[in-house]
Amino acid sequence: MSELTRLSAADIAAKVAAGEVSALEVAQAHLDRIAAVDGQVHAFLHVDADGALAAARAVDERRATGAVLSPLAGVPLAMKDVVVTQGLPTTAGSKILEGWRPPYDATITRRVKDAGIVLLGKTNMDEFAMGSSTENSAYGPSHNPWDLSRIPGGSSGGSSAAVAAFEAPLAIGTDTGGSVRQPAAVTGIVGHKPTYGAVSRYGLIAFSSSLDQAGPFGRTVLDAALLHEVIAGHDPADSTSIAGPVAPVVAAARDGACGDLSGVRIGVVRELGGEGYQPGVLASFEAAVETLRGLGAEIREVSCPHFGYALAAYYLIAPSECSSNLARFDAVRYGLRAGDDGVNSLEDVMSLTRQAGFGPEVKRRIIIGTYALSSGYYEAYYGQAQKVRTLIARDFAAAFERVDVLVSPSSPFVAFGIGERIADPMAMYVNDLCTLPASLAGTPAISVPCGLSEGLPVGLQVMAPALRDERCYRVGAAFEAAVEPTLASIPELVR
Amino acid sequence: MPDATDTSPGTAAPSGIISREEVAHLARLARLAVSDDELDIFAGQLEVILGAVARVGEVAAADIPPTSHAVTMTNVFRPDEVCASLPRDAVLAAAPAVEDHKFRVPRILLDEA
Repeated sequence: MSELTRLSAADIAAKVAAGEVSALEVAQAHLDRIAAVDGQVHAFLHVDADGALAAARAVDERRATGAVLSPLAGVPLAMKDVVVTQGLPTTAGSKILEGWRPPYDATITRRVKDAGIVLLGKTNMDEFAMGSSTENSAYGPSHNPWDLSRIPGGSSGGSSAAVAAFEAPLAIGTDTGGSVRQPAAVTGIVGHKPTYGAVSRYGLIAFSSSLDQAGPFGRTVLDAALLHEVIAGHDPADSTSIAGPVAPVVAAARDGACGDLSGVRIGVVRELGGEGYQPGVLASFEAAVETLRGLGAEIREVSCPHFGYALAAYYLIAPSECSSNLARFDAVRYGLRAGDDGVNSLEDVMSLTRQAGFGPEVKRRIIIGTYALSSGYYEAYYGQAQKVRTLIARDFAAAFERVDVLVSPSSPFVAFGIGERIADPMAMYVNDLCTLPASLAGTPAISVPCGLSEGLPVGLQVMAPALRDERCYRVGAAFEAAVEPTLASIPELVR
Repeated sequence: MPDATDTSPGTAAPSGIISREEVAHLARLARLAVSDDELDIFAGQLEVILGAVARVGEVAAADIPPTSHAVTMTNVFRPDEVCASLPRDAVLAAAPAVEDHKFRVPRILLDEA
């Protein structure tokens, strides 16, 4: 493998800016790596070699004119296939969008391109981002580069696998209930869910609009922070986009790397641990807390009594919003159309198209959401779930009066085997146990690698108050600097 | 606290929450054709899932306001200005059926008897 694929995004950008290596060589090295290993990993649904090389050449030409390059110019990136890309296939992991080439770019896509970042292709995911393993992709699962028989997490599992397998130094994921943090945890990389509204949702194919939030993946905290600052910021095209300044996450990552957490109050959430968590995950987490204490942080136990209801509330709110959002797949303007034989009615064609185009998990959630929003059930289910959401936000608010950040494992489990949980929806849903509270409260949270359990990566989740994303990066970077890099012990993929 | 390894619906799961017929009705409302096999599988799975999510009812929340969005926002306005749209051909290129520069749709009206 070329050494270029082992470099951090920050190092690649520095070398490109200094003229030590061309963006074209960097792009080619990553395309070669994809060609060598993606047959095993299946991180990508579509690789855009021509587009990547053209974008890289443009960076090199710009540098040749003496122009100052953006901080990540010439760095390759893998984009989750739920983010629309003009002219490039975008499926959201679904058959219903097979072959669709969007006529416009998402705001994230536009910002990535404008920053001189080189888009390598689109990554695999659970269909419409519903799942924790990529097994719900209509195009087959991705494989965890730590052990190809295991899942790379989900729903952004193609993105996490691509970064862990050195196919890309950076990737974009989206996180509705943990879909950036859990895949980052189980592949030994860094993933951050920004404060809801920090990153534009324009051009992000909607699953659950009040929860969906795109975020960065990297192999280091600094790399994730550099990408965060590219994609974050106000966008008039998204009415829920936050108008204020972008959190200073790059400065926080650099500051944290100095390794001093004196005066930082860290809360350990009592409810996110104990029974039901794998012992190896808890052992890695407890060791991580001791490391944070050793860096000078003050550790307190904190109770968030309503976090135990987050799973129930989430699996009402998210399916309800999805049943509404996915009504747009009506076989009229784009995507699949089935059963249009000149005899079937419009309604029949819609129903047959949706049967043929959606996979089982999407259908289950549409039906659950339709049920929860039905008259007679609305108050008991959706209405009550929204009240629980308020109580979870209040738990966070009370906790953040006592501490600066909260920590927990990122997932109760390490990567499980492909096929182990797919037949039992509830066994899949509990993967999100640790990540759901921050999703429901809209607060930022990062997952950073905190060692191995039985040879597989474990993630440390750091949660902060809304708009204070920089705290996640500061604590994450300090922790990262204090421990052996988890990814250093990943087995080499052999052809 | 839910037990992460316990995938049973727990105490709040009365049986008979949702019947096969009710699943079929919901699927019709959602414009989703389902096979008999799908109905059999979904009815059992939805029973378990709805039993588990019914735990929200255990929380005393009568006087708690609901949260629809985590970040509170009021109406967001923009200037009402004419700006460029996507080119018609680019949009129609993605359509499953086009006729005369328009989306062609399946039959909407039933034949008169």
